[in-house]
Amino acid sequence: METVLTTHFADDRYRGLSGYRRTGGYDALKKAFAMTPEAIIDEVKKANLRGRGGAGFPAGVKWGFLPKDLSRPRVLVINADEGEPGTFKDRVIMSRGPHLLIEGIVISCFALRAHACWIYIRGEFVREARILDEAIAEAYGAGLLGKDILGSGFDLDVTVHRGAGAYICGEETSLINSLEGKRGWPRLKPPFPASVGAFGLPTIVNNVETIADVPWIVTHGGERFAALGCEKNGGTRLIGVSGAVNRPGVYELPAGINLKEIIYTYAGGIRDGKALKAVIPGGSSTPVLRANEIDVAYDIESMAKIGTMAGSGGVIVIAEGTCMVRALSVLMNFYAHESCGQCTPCREGTGWLKKIVGRIEAGKGRVGDVELILDLCDNMMGRTICPLSDAAAMPAQSFVWKFREEFDRHIAEQKCPYGNRFL
Amino acid sequence: MPNLTINGIAVAVPDGTTILNAAKTIGVHVPHYCYHPRLSIAGNCRMCLVEVEKFPKLQTACSTVVTEGMIVRTDTEKVRKAVTGVLELILIHHPIDCPICDQAGECGLQNYYMTYGLHKSRYALEDKVHKKKVQDIGGQIVLDAERCILCSRCVRFLDEVTQTRELHIFSRGDHSEISVFPGRPLSNDYTGNLADICPVGALTSKDFRFKCRVWFLKGAESICTGCSNGCNVEAHFKGDILYRLKPRENEAVNRSWMCDFGRLEYKKANDARLLAPFVREGGAEKAVSWGALVPRVALELSRAAEAGPDAAAVIASPQLSNEELYLARRIATELLGTRNLAFTHRAPGDGFEDGFLIRADKNPNSRGARLLGIPDGAAFDALVERIAAGTVRALLVFGNVVGSFTEAETAALLSKVPFVAQVGTNDGPVSKVATAVMPSASFAERGGTFTSHAGRVQRFRAGFAPRGKARNTVDLLVELANRMGAGWTFAGEASVFHALSATEAPFAGMTYESVGSQGQECKP
Repeated sequence: METVLTTHFADDRYRGLSGYRRTGGYDALKKAFAMTPEAIIDEVKKANLRGRGGAGFPAGVKWGFLPKDLSRPRVLVINADEGEPGTFKDRVIMSRGPHLLIEGIVISCFALRAHACWIYIRGEFVREARILDEAIAEAYGAGLLGKDILGSGFDLDVTVHRGAGAYICGEETSLINSLEGKRGWPRLKPPFPASVGAFGLPTIVNNVETIADVPWIVTHGGERFAALGCEKNGGTRLIGVSGAVNRPGVYELPAGINLKEIIYTYAGGIRDGKALKAVIPGGSSTPVLRANEIDVAYDIESMAKIGTMAGSGGVIVIAEGTCMVRALSVLMNFYAHESCGQCTPCREGTGWLKKIVGRIEAGKGRVGDVELILDLCDNMMGRTICPLSDAAAMPAQSFVWKFREEFDRHIAEQKCPYGNRFL
Repeated sequence: MPNLTINGIAVAVPDGTTILNAAKTIGVHVPHYCYHPRLSIAGNCRMCLVEVEKFPKLQTACSTVVTEGMIVRTDTEKVRKAVTGVLELILIHHPIDCPICDQAGECGLQNYYMTYGLHKSRYALEDKVHKKKVQDIGGQIVLDAERCILCSRCVRFLDEVTQTRELHIFSRGDHSEISVFPGRPLSNDYTGNLADICPVGALTSKDFRFKCRVWFLKGAESICTGCSNGCNVEAHFKGDILYRLKPRENEAVNRSWMCDFGRLEYKKANDARLLAPFVREGGAEKAVSWGALVPRVALELSRAAEAGPDAAAVIASPQLSNEELYLARRIATELLGTRNLAFTHRAPGDGFEDGFLIRADKNPNSRGARLLGIPDGAAFDALVERIAAGTVRALLVFGNVVGSFTEAETAALLSKVPFVAQVGTNDGPVSKVATAVMPSASFAERGGTFTSHAGRVQRFRAGFAPRGKARNTVDLLVELANRMGAGWTFAGEASVFHALSATEAPFAGMTYESVGSQGQECKP
């Protein structure tokens, strides 16, 4: 199976510039400089490269939203916030192949005619930020960043900006606000970042993995990248499998691979010989699947058909014996804590959900609580500036829909049938 | 001009209009909290969600700009459920303390609850997040964080209008609350506006709190008398007590705002009022009836005028309306035949002005006085000299100060004049020494026009009848003049303005109708 990103990740030397170059690193950049920006964008479009941050928007199309006029500087912002519980693949790229990201950035900026790039990295990723800083320093030293890169006449500066620990700052407009030194609140759209983004400039925000795919696309061509995946979803994906599996980890697999195969073949099946109970397929905000629903292609359209999302590629596996009310309660604590507080439905709704689910789990649930959760989710979904409200409501709704009997039993028996207790 | 339909009604509005404002033009009210026409759009309260055809999700009417052919519905079940849902979410943490909340009666939550809510609470009482109650955050404002619905209007006002940025939103999720930084209270001259724009009872006015329930108040369109800017205000009163001033919209003058100093001007209508006419005989005050006093003042003034040229004098005031100044001038020039006519400013204070609303000239009608041919400056100084020299035998003074003189200086100066008659609203240095004191109506008790520093003639209206035995100045001056044989037939300020606009070039062609509620520029 062909890999795009992780081919050399096992080799520790790949992290440094010389090791990266030994594998042909930065050859794609030389090739890109011989192309026109338009030709590079064309290849990215042909590649069917869908954004890897969660929303899955076609990257080439997004790039096309930049205004044609070049009178204002444009900027590229790399979203390395990776705050979604269950998602941990970008940190692997940054820690194992930082130059892959940097090369992708230089090529993308050249294609976008941008001369400044910020990597907005989650504040907790201390080690990854340091590795990136080292790699960026190496790149500057080798003339791969800064003025007149490789004699091409193209200038680019890359800056690592560490976040201060807010999940919401992974949402592109609050990321931009945070980058500007403001409170990390999502912005009302329009205007979209492509016209008014960071520091008021036309801005493209892309996920780490999306940009790290670009060198391979330039080297091998967009069509070949597209062929690695499935229809409408080109290339491979880094899939982070966590939870009750024998081999949790990050796997690079073709877009459209079967979800069951991911869990049983690559992640080694369920730990301790237990049966599978549920899967949260694309990071904690995506609707949960029951064990009998996982025979499905892991691509954006197939997942949408069964009412869930491939999201940011974080597959969370839940084994039998796990209390789904408890699991949801943990999630609701997270979303209530991370709601930025700007929009009413999210600010009040996430906190309320946390309290209802929490009391059901604690054996203090009331008759009508389950209906209240569903109605509340209805009042939260699609009602806010950014999707955080949906991100809390989608798991809540799907947990109730698919594991309703567990919620009812908690309320009827006034205790957790699995013996879970909150301490 | 995009054409669209809202609830099936066709409407055409200018490019760039939002759905909320387009709906307003056809009388469709879209509920909202965070939207304020003078502030940037935040779109965070989510009350104004509406259905727009071809959009999968509900859209915020406050931020969505209309496009050609758009089909909007604000009256569907889906919209109603969304609005009700948001309202329920707002109300889970908002304390239902309407009985003691000062905003009751003009609270957006209360009003919308009656229209869209009326639900039983599904929220467990013990789940409530408690926040800090009565907090003095500086300026004229008390903050109750628990009542706050985080609409961010106040934060945006301080960011965008005063640019002083004292208020911020702290914390996250349902623990979010607005506050100031420790040791950095509200510190600007426009804090009172925060109470006006707060849609609930989170920010209330320190001065007005617990004074009166708003539903007992009546309002009159008025003009702030605190400086020469002429901010349009609404005077709120109950009986003959003025309770507060609130800014009234006028795009050309004060938009939706007023300053804190102006807001406290209302106190002049209540405090230290002169309420009954009296004369001072042998140093003692003696109550008299109007019927006895006016003829006496007329007589004294006429006698002085007959005694010799310029033996009578009139000191006018820029606190008077155009109508009153016009009559005062005619009394001086036509009836008393004196050149001793000038006006005296209210003590200008520190002369502070800020380039926004606050002007250095702390009088509402200096411009009007000058346009009506009443001088100040050197002419006033010359008049004072003549008074000091003892050549003035009878003096008619408007207002309660003379120039920037202290009380002792005022007393010393006026002691040179055998007969001093005062027309004044409030007790002050002049009323303490005047021979005859004629109490006049406050700005809330009479009507008329002021001319702002910019030359905008603006009308203020009487809210209630003059307190005590105070009299409307126009009526008083007409009677006084007629006692001196003028034969005037004016009946109220409207008729005076009619005469004034017929003869005074800057006001030519103006009528109360043309001045309207928003004012009219005078002729240069």
